[in-house]
Amino acid sequence: MGTVEYIQHHLTNNSIGEGFWTFNMDTIVVSLLLGALIVFAAARLGKQLESGTPGGFQNFVESILDFVSTNVRDAFPGHNPLIAPLALTIFLWVWLMNFMDLIPVDLLPYLYQLITGDSHAYLKVVPTTDLNTTLAMAFTVFALIIFYNIKIKGVGGFIKMFLFHPFGKFFVPVNIVMTLIEEVSKPLSLALRLFGNMFAGELVFLLIALIGGTLAVGAAALFWAPLQVLLDLGWLIFHLLVITLQAFIFMVLTIVYLGMAHDEGH
Amino acid sequence: MSINATLLIQIIAFVLLVWFVNKVLWGPLSKLMEERQKKIADGLSAAEKGKHELELAEQKAKEVLKEAKAQAQNILSQAEKRSSEIVEDAKVKANEEADRIKAAAQAEIEQEVSRAREDLRKEVATLVVSGAEKILRKEVDASAHNDMLETLVKSI
Repeated sequence: MGTVEYIQHHLTNNSIGEGFWTFNMDTIVVSLLLGALIVFAAARLGKQLESGTPGGFQNFVESILDFVSTNVRDAFPGHNPLIAPLALTIFLWVWLMNFMDLIPVDLLPYLYQLITGDSHAYLKVVPTTDLNTTLAMAFTVFALIIFYNIKIKGVGGFIKMFLFHPFGKFFVPVNIVMTLIEEVSKPLSLALRLFGNMFAGELVFLLIALIGGTLAVGAAALFWAPLQVLLDLGWLIFHLLVITLQAFIFMVLTIVYLGMAHDEGH
Repeated sequence: MSINATLLIQIIAFVLLVWFVNKVLWGPLSKLMEERQKKIADGLSAAEKGKHELELAEQKAKEVLKEAKAQAQNILSQAEKRSSEIVEDAKVKANEEADRIKAAAQAEIEQEVSRAREDLRKEVATLVVSGAEKILRKEVDASAHNDMLETLVKSI
């Protein structure tokens, strides 16, 4: 298998359907499993909640909760009971989906191929390297931004925001274009930033995997294999920061954008 | 990596997950943490209140002690005053009693003296009469010289 095929094979979703009605089953199943993991872990924790003497896992979850609610308090003016759980969900879910990137790139596809018996089956295990996932969250956040913009400012206020912002009443056409760009760039930047980081990260893992995989033939493996392990370890440690940072950025920007939607002075 | 219907599924999944997280994780846990925070704050304020009350009680105790001391001092001085009064009173009464006793004794003595003098005068009169009788037995007729004798007795 050539280098290009190897990479392309890894970057192709296992999908069902045609055209728009294509379902990327690997993305859907993995992301749902991770979501279910959150729910079940939370439900199990919920049964043994302790007010006085929280155990290790509860402490851990509480510290995440505290972290999220601190961020919400810092970046979000006013009060909205939806923001904190939304931010928490984004942080946990995105982090878990990003974490799939740290599993060795060939492990899950190989296991899947063994199980199905199809040595050519596709499996792309990181849901955040699928633009559908990141856009889905970004669009949901975007819908909330528009909803709260209209709810807080009223329909008139929302239209006024397009007409008179940012340059005042003498530049109405310019204002419309500028505000449109500003608003549309919010979900797009959210989705593309996460997708781009994860996609690139996955690609680097694949390239590193290639070092040992294709270049190491015969005695040369003695040199290439250790190099691959070393590079993989380095990128893994670095990427651990990246996935956390990306989950954090997605969360904070969501809070900030929704905070802006709640800002009446706009 | 084209955009397709996966997007819709992921939107639904995301919305549901937010709902679930709010229901099973954020809701109960943040409530718990809030309750704990409140409990701690209440405990701290109660401790502060207790401390304040202790301070007040200590101050009050000090005041009560001071008052009691002052009262004791007062009582003591009053008792002293009273005792000295009693002593003074007793002295006065004793003096009076002594004067009275002295006066009574004086009167008795005077009475005794006058009685003794009377007795003595009678004794002497009798002695004089009997002496005179012995001397004058022969020549003085008692009845003839009775007037003279009477005057003699009276003059003694």
